Amino acid sequence: MSSSDTHPLPVLRVRDLGVTFDTYRGPVQVLRDVNFEIAAGEILGVVGESGAGKSMTGAAVIGLIDPPGRISSGSVELDGERIDGLRGEAMRRIRGRRIGSIFQDPLTSLNPVYTVGRHLVETIRTHLPLTEAQARARALELLEEVEIPEARVRLGQYPHQFSGGMRQRVAIALALCAEPQLIIADEPTTALDVSVQAQIIALLRRVCRERQAAAMLITHDMGVIAETADRVMVMYQGRVLETGPVREVLDRPTQPYTRVLMAAIPSVHQRLERLPVPEIGAPATAAPVRAEPVPHAAAAEGKALLEVRDLGKEFDLSLGWLERLVSQQPRRMLQAVDGVSFKIRQGSTFGLVGESGSGKSTVARMVAGLTVPTRGQVLFDGQDRFRTQTDLRRRIQMIFQDPYASLNPRWTVARLIAEPLEVLGLSSDPNETAERVAQALRRVRMTPDDARKYPHQFSGGQRQRIAIARALASQPEFIICDEPTSALDVSVQAQVLNLMRDLQDEFGLTYLLISHNLAVIRHMCDDIGVMQRGRLVEAGDAQEVLDAPQHEYTRALMAAVPDIQHAH
Amino acid sequence: MSDVIDRPAPARRGWRQSDSPVKRAFARSRTVQVASAVLLLIVLATLLAPWLAWQNPFDSASLELNDAFLPPWSEGSTGAFYALGADDQGRDVASAILYGLRMSVLVGVSAVLLSLCIGIPLGLVAGYAGGWFDTLLMRIADVQLTFPVILVAMLILGVVRGVVPEGVREQVAVLVIILAIALSDWVQYARTVRGAVMVEKQKDYVLAAQLIGRSRTAILGQHILPNLLAPILVIAAISFAHAIVAESTLSYLGVGLPPTQPSLGTLIRIGQSFLFSGEWWILLFPSLVLLALALSVNLVGDWLRDALNPKLQ
Repeated sequence: MSSSDTHPLPVLRVRDLGVTFDTYRGPVQVLRDVNFEIAAGEILGVVGESGAGKSMTGAAVIGLIDPPGRISSGSVELDGERIDGLRGEAMRRIRGRRIGSIFQDPLTSLNPVYTVGRHLVETIRTHLPLTEAQARARALELLEEVEIPEARVRLGQYPHQFSGGMRQRVAIALALCAEPQLIIADEPTTALDVSVQAQIIALLRRVCRERQAAAMLITHDMGVIAETADRVMVMYQGRVLETGPVREVLDRPTQPYTRVLMAAIPSVHQRLERLPVPEIGAPATAAPVRAEPVPHAAAAEGKALLEVRDLGKEFDLSLGWLERLVSQQPRRMLQAVDGVSFKIRQGSTFGLVGESGSGKSTVARMVAGLTVPTRGQVLFDGQDRFRTQTDLRRRIQMIFQDPYASLNPRWTVARLIAEPLEVLGLSSDPNETAERVAQALRRVRMTPDDARKYPHQFSGGQRQRIAIARALASQPEFIICDEPTSALDVSVQAQVLNLMRDLQDEFGLTYLLISHNLAVIRHMCDDIGVMQRGRLVEAGDAQEVLDAPQHEYTRALMAAVPDIQHAH
Repeated sequence: MSDVIDRPAPARRGWRQSDSPVKRAFARSRTVQVASAVLLLIVLATLLAPWLAWQNPFDSASLELNDAFLPPWSEGSTGAFYALGADDQGRDVASAILYGLRMSVLVGVSAVLLSLCIGIPLGLVAGYAGGWFDTLLMRIADVQLTFPVILVAMLILGVVRGVVPEGVREQVAVLVIILAIALSDWVQYARTVRGAVMVEKQKDYVLAAQLIGRSRTAILGQHILPNLLAPILVIAAISFAHAIVAESTLSYLGVGLPPTQPSLGTLIRIGQSFLFSGEWWILLFPSLVLLALALSVNLVGDWLRDALNPKLQ
C-alpha cells in the first residue's frame, strides 16, 4: 500500500495502528494494522460501513479513545513527532492547535448560549497569543473565509440563528482557528441537504488546498469521497482493505469487497433490476455482480390505484390561545403542502423527492390518513380516504425512516407483527396469528425464531425488514415508504431495496416512495414528482424527468448530487 | 463491533440461567440482593411487630417509668432487656421502632400508590391530547407546586375537620394524611409522564399504531406507558422516602398522626429533643431504620427499572 506522495515528510503518518477494547469477555480488537499517510494539502477519504472502524481511526489520531479502549499497537506521527503516547495537557495542546476537527452535527458541538463570535474568539485566544481585538478581527476574517455573508452581523448571533449548512461553515471556521496542519472531518455533510452538501464539500476542498492542510475526511458516502478526496482508504471490519488515488479505487477496485460495495450504490444515471449486496459478516469476497438494466416499462395505461387531487395542508404555528390573547399576536400559518396532485398506477412505484422541509413527508402522512388535509382529496381505489372508513386501513400500510423508532422497544417481534392482524380483525385465534407472523418473517427473509426477540437485538437492516414484515402482515396493496433506507448503510440499503422490489414482483404491490436520495428514487421508481417548498414543481416518467429535467430546481438538485462517476 | 455472539450457555443451573430476564438480572446484582433482603426484613418486621416486640410501647400501662433513659444493651428494673435503650417515658426503643415502622410503611406505600393513580392518567392524557386540557392541568400543577406540602396537607386537614364529626377524627387521621401527601405529590408524576409522553408520541411506532386505527387508550396504555416505566419507577422510589419524611414533619407540627398511632417520624421527632442532652440512641436508631428503608427502596427501584428494560437484558 505505497502512497503516491511526493512530499518528503507526510503531515500524518499512522503505522500498524491497533485499538483494543478490554471488555469483561476479554480484549476485543476493533482496529488492526491500520497504515496510512497524509501529505500537506492532501485530502484522504476514509470510507466504510458502520462498524468498519473509520471513526475509531479518527478518534485514535486525536487521542480520543476512552477506556476501556486503548491503542494497543503501532504509532501515530504528526509532522514526524509521535503523538499516540501523549496524555492530558500535551494532547489537548495538539488538538485544536495542530489538529482541527469537524463533526457530523454542528448544533451539538456549538454551545447554544454563546454567540458564534465568542466561540471563535475563545478558540483563537486559547491557541494563539492575540488580544481580544486582534482575535475578533481574525474571527471576522475566518467567517468571510468560509463564505458566510454579512459576517460582521453574524458574529453577534447565536448558533440557533444559523441554518444547518451555515452552522457547518462555522464549525469549519472553528477548526481553522489556529491554522492546524491536519483537519479531521467526521461525516461533515451527512446531516445536510444535497445542495448544501455540495457547497460544504467545495468549501472544505478550497480551504485545505489554500492552507496546504492535510485532511482526513471520514464518510460512508462514496459520492462525497469522489468529489472531495485525492486518495481514498477503504475500511472493513477494523482493517484497511485498500488505499489509493480516488479514481483508481473507485473505477478499478482491486479488492472484491470494494468492487461489490461500489456496485451496490444506486446511481442517478442508470436503473438496475437488482443491486449486488456485499456480505456483512462474511469474509470480504465477491458476490457475483448481476446487473441487468431494467427493460423500461412502457408508460403502461394501468389503472390509477391512488389519486391525489389538489392536496393542501396548513400548519398552525401560532402560540397557544392564552399567550396569543395576552400578547395580541395574530395566528401564524405555515403552508406545508400546496396544491399537490398526482396519480399512482397499480403495481408501479411513485417517487417523491425534495429537500428537508419541502413537504414530502406531510404528503405521505396525508396519504396514510395520519394527517387530515386542509383541502383537496386523497382517492384510494376511487374511494375518498377521509370520507369512507371501510377497510382502507388494511389495504394501506407504511414503512418509516428510522427503524430504531418505528418499532416499540418494549414489544417482542411477534407482538409487533401480530398487532395489525389482531386490531384489523384479520386473525382470530392465536395459532393462526402465529402462523401468519412466521409467514411474514419468512417473506422478509428472516426466520420464525426471530419472533421471540426484541427489536434492539437486531441490526438496522434487520429492523427495517421487521418493519416491512409488519407492514406486509395485513396483506396490503399499497405501501408508503418514507425514507426507508436513509438510516442504513449502502450494503444494507441494497438488501432492503432488493427486498422491496422482490415483494413488489411477488405481490403486485404499489409503492409511494419518499426520499431525498435521487439515486434511490432512480433505482426504484417508475414515475416521480419533485417537491419544493410545498409545491410539486415537476412530475412525470422517472427516466425522462431525471435525464432531462425541465424545472430549474430539478436541474439544480441533479447537479448537486455527488456521484462516484464524477471526476473533479 | 456489532456482531452478535451466540454462545452456548454453560451447564450451570439456578437463576443465572433462568428463562426470565428479571431473575437473571437479580442473580447478577449483589446490590439488589442485599437491598431486597433488607426490604424483606423490614416488611416482615412490620407484619410481625406485635409478636417481635416484648412491650406495646403505646400502651401506657405497660411502660416502666423507672427505666426512662436507659442506654442501649441494659437491663431494666423489672428484668426486661432494652437492646436499643429506652426513651424519656421508659419506652423500649426497639419495640417502638417496630410499631412505628408499620405506620410509616403504610403511609408511604399508600401515598405513593394514590399519587400514581392520580398523576399517571392525568399526565398521559395531557401529554397526548395537548390543547386546553394540557394547559389547564399544567397551570393547576404550577399553582400547586408553589404551595409547600405542609400547607396543602393543613388545608385538607382543615376541610376534613369541618366535615368529619369529632368522634371519628382519630380513626380517619391516617387516611387524611395519606390523602394529603398524595395530593401534593401527584404533580411530579403528572409532569414527568406528560413530558415523556410528548417525546414518545413523536416516535414512529406511535404513528404505526395510529395507522392501523388503534384507539387512543390502547396507544397510551399498551404502547406508550411501558416506555415510561423507567422515569416513573425512579420517582416512585424517591417519593416513597419523601412521603415517610413528610408524614413525620406533619406529625411534628401536630397536624399528622395522633400520639396513639405513632410512626417512625414521630419517634425521630421525640428523639431529636434529647440529642443534646446525651441520649443519642432515641434519635439514632429510628433514623438508621428510616435510612435503611429509604435506601433499599431506592436501590430496588433503580434495579427494577433496568431489569424491566429489554435493551439492558
